[in-house]
Amino acid sequence: MIASLLRVLALIRKELLAVLKDARTRNMLLLQPVLQCLLFGYAATLDLNNVPYAALDRDRSTASSALLAKLDGSGVFHRVANLTDAADMRRLIDSQQVLVVVQIDPNFQSQLSRGEAAAVQVIADGRNSNTAGAAVGYVGAAVDAFNADWRSDHGLPEPAIQLAPRAWYNANLETRWNLIPALIGTITLMSTMMLAALSVAREREEGTFDQLLVTPFTPVEIMAGKAIPAMLIGVVQATNALLVAQFWFRIPFAGNYVTLYIGLILFLLAAVGIGLFVSSIAATMQQAMLYAFVAIMPFALLSGLTTPISSMPPLVQDFTLINPLRYAIDLAHRVYLEGAGLGQLVPDLWPMAIIATVTLGAAAWMFRNRLE
Amino acid sequence: MTAEAPPRRPAPAAAKARRIWALIRKEGRQVVRDPSSFAIGVVLPVMLILLFGFGLSLDVKNVPIAVVIEAPSSQASEIAASFQLSPYFETHVTASMADAQALVLSNRVDGIVLLQSDFARRAAGGDASVQLVVNGIDGNTARIIEAYAEAAIAQSGVRVAAEGQADPAGAGGQAVVESQLWFNSANDSRYFLVPGLIVLIITLIGAFMTSMVVAREWERGTFEALFVTPVRTDEILVSKIVPYFLLGMGGLVLCIVSARFLFDVPLRGSLLALMGVSMLYLLVSVATGLLISSTLKSQFLASQVTLVATFMPALMLSGFIYDLRSVPLAIQLVSYLVPARYYVSLLQTMFLAGDVWGVIWPNAAILALVAVVMLALTRHATRKTLG
Repeated sequence: MIASLLRVLALIRKELLAVLKDARTRNMLLLQPVLQCLLFGYAATLDLNNVPYAALDRDRSTASSALLAKLDGSGVFHRVANLTDAADMRRLIDSQQVLVVVQIDPNFQSQLSRGEAAAVQVIADGRNSNTAGAAVGYVGAAVDAFNADWRSDHGLPEPAIQLAPRAWYNANLETRWNLIPALIGTITLMSTMMLAALSVAREREEGTFDQLLVTPFTPVEIMAGKAIPAMLIGVVQATNALLVAQFWFRIPFAGNYVTLYIGLILFLLAAVGIGLFVSSIAATMQQAMLYAFVAIMPFALLSGLTTPISSMPPLVQDFTLINPLRYAIDLAHRVYLEGAGLGQLVPDLWPMAIIATVTLGAAAWMFRNRLE
Repeated sequence: MTAEAPPRRPAPAAAKARRIWALIRKEGRQVVRDPSSFAIGVVLPVMLILLFGFGLSLDVKNVPIAVVIEAPSSQASEIAASFQLSPYFETHVTASMADAQALVLSNRVDGIVLLQSDFARRAAGGDASVQLVVNGIDGNTARIIEAYAEAAIAQSGVRVAAEGQADPAGAGGQAVVESQLWFNSANDSRYFLVPGLIVLIITLIGAFMTSMVVAREWERGTFEALFVTPVRTDEILVSKIVPYFLLGMGGLVLCIVSARFLFDVPLRGSLLALMGVSMLYLLVSVATGLLISSTLKSQFLASQVTLVATFMPALMLSGFIYDLRSVPLAIQLVSYLVPARYYVSLLQTMFLAGDVWGVIWPNAAILALVAVVMLALTRHATRKTLG
């Protein structure tokens, strides 16, 4: 037993040396989580703060100027042109000089004064319909503000029922708060799966796998010696990402570190299990890496990281049940932002445990069958 | 190498062509015979096409929410009904806030609509409010829930006003937004996913795959072995570029065909121009992959650096998902260095807007320039190691 443990320790040491002795690889593994967190943290926001727009004000009244002033003062829009001719609209949008054109009809003010609904036409560049939809939403908010002013200036009553919205766990609805904790799992998945997939393939390609087989190692010991170093590197990467989240982006940590790391270790077991399984199929390093990458893509896309799982078709939703990243992201969100305890996280923990058991078991079986 | 060339060489041009052809054939066979090339060249694009076309959606529907009715009344049921009938929500009606909170904590619902016990009395007085609590973790979804709730309440408010106190003077007199989405009037999210999909697939085949293949040759020493043969550096580069370029073109055709016929995304610009700019971007990608692998000479490093330097920026900094005008200035400046940015702009315009030459020429010129620079750098990186 102790002899076996010592052998595994020796293998872990050798494996860590093999990966970390190259300074470029070492820097890559340690800096990558930090770089990616910074990149995603700053780039990935669906909030708009700089929308160039053109105004086509056909009314030229106090009401229409007040509405455009609301847009200009929103901090989101800046006016790049005042149009007089609708034909100019096409040119500005086609050449991407403006994202939206706001058009106000000639009888805007008189319609409002008569108590009628007055249309504000918003034409948006739908080439990126996501951004365009958001921009139209911001125009809507500015128009709401204008309406509230108009009502109070003209002594009109407020609507009978109003909505009082409030958001728990992320009061300002910041995209970053959602994204950065989710990245802890995503980044570590990419590296640990690749490392685990490469570890055996490298030995096979260099011919040292056969040498490993004539040593007293059992297949289980070899597997433990390959899995644990990848997991250790994953824990360090996750910690780096966590540090960026807390000390650079200052996202408050609501939960318990022990809970987070317990979930993380289960997740890493599952990731390494998949990596080792890929490694057992692949004949060369290149194959191992490409197969691992082909597996990582659907895991990352169908994890809820970029698009909500509840909007996916039922069949695809069923597939996400075997995706360890789905549980890791949910777990990271709930521990980090909600402060959930282990008891509430059981629905995330047991599927990861099952995925780890199945993939590690399958990898061990494949190794044994290839060995004999 | 050229200086010591023997004086009586038979028909140098023909020999050169033969050498290149032999290398291309070798490379081509390697691609065809390795199952992992098939995985990345065919399985991955098809999988991505299906996922982007059918799996992913930013639209929010069937959001589970709890509706708390503290005291039953006709006004409260009116509001509850407007949520129940909406396709965007899946409602669980409870009688107390505590029950609803338990549902949020166990992650069974994403939000709570609270109708307090004095709702009916205050609604009659024209001063009622509906409390909405959303789980803010997914800020985007939360914002969409708020917008839908706003619409549902406005609708029932109009009904209450029409049936109840009947105050026509107070009902009107407001500005209403009428929006039009040019180029994508149906607001189909595939219209914006497909151009992004093409960028990702071309980047993967062009840069990721090329970088790994060439790094492997360096690792195994077969690249150096090529240098002692009569083959020139340029010939080696051409023979490495051609097979992956063709593979990338295959991926591109697959994407365009599925965009057009599977997803019904219109192609409003000319196909010829689209193929032309795609070749430019593919050339940039292949050259980047070659440059990275010639510089690093290690498969693992090359693959990781290629992902970080080409794939991630193509996803995050190309304007495909996130609007580049709204990111901080430093990130905006970095995005100008990302070739995918120009290609995304070209794709979005050519698919959805048509041949807007004012957008096409400048972007295509930049891509061509980047291709030349990358090829020159690759040539330099490969030659240097001869010395």
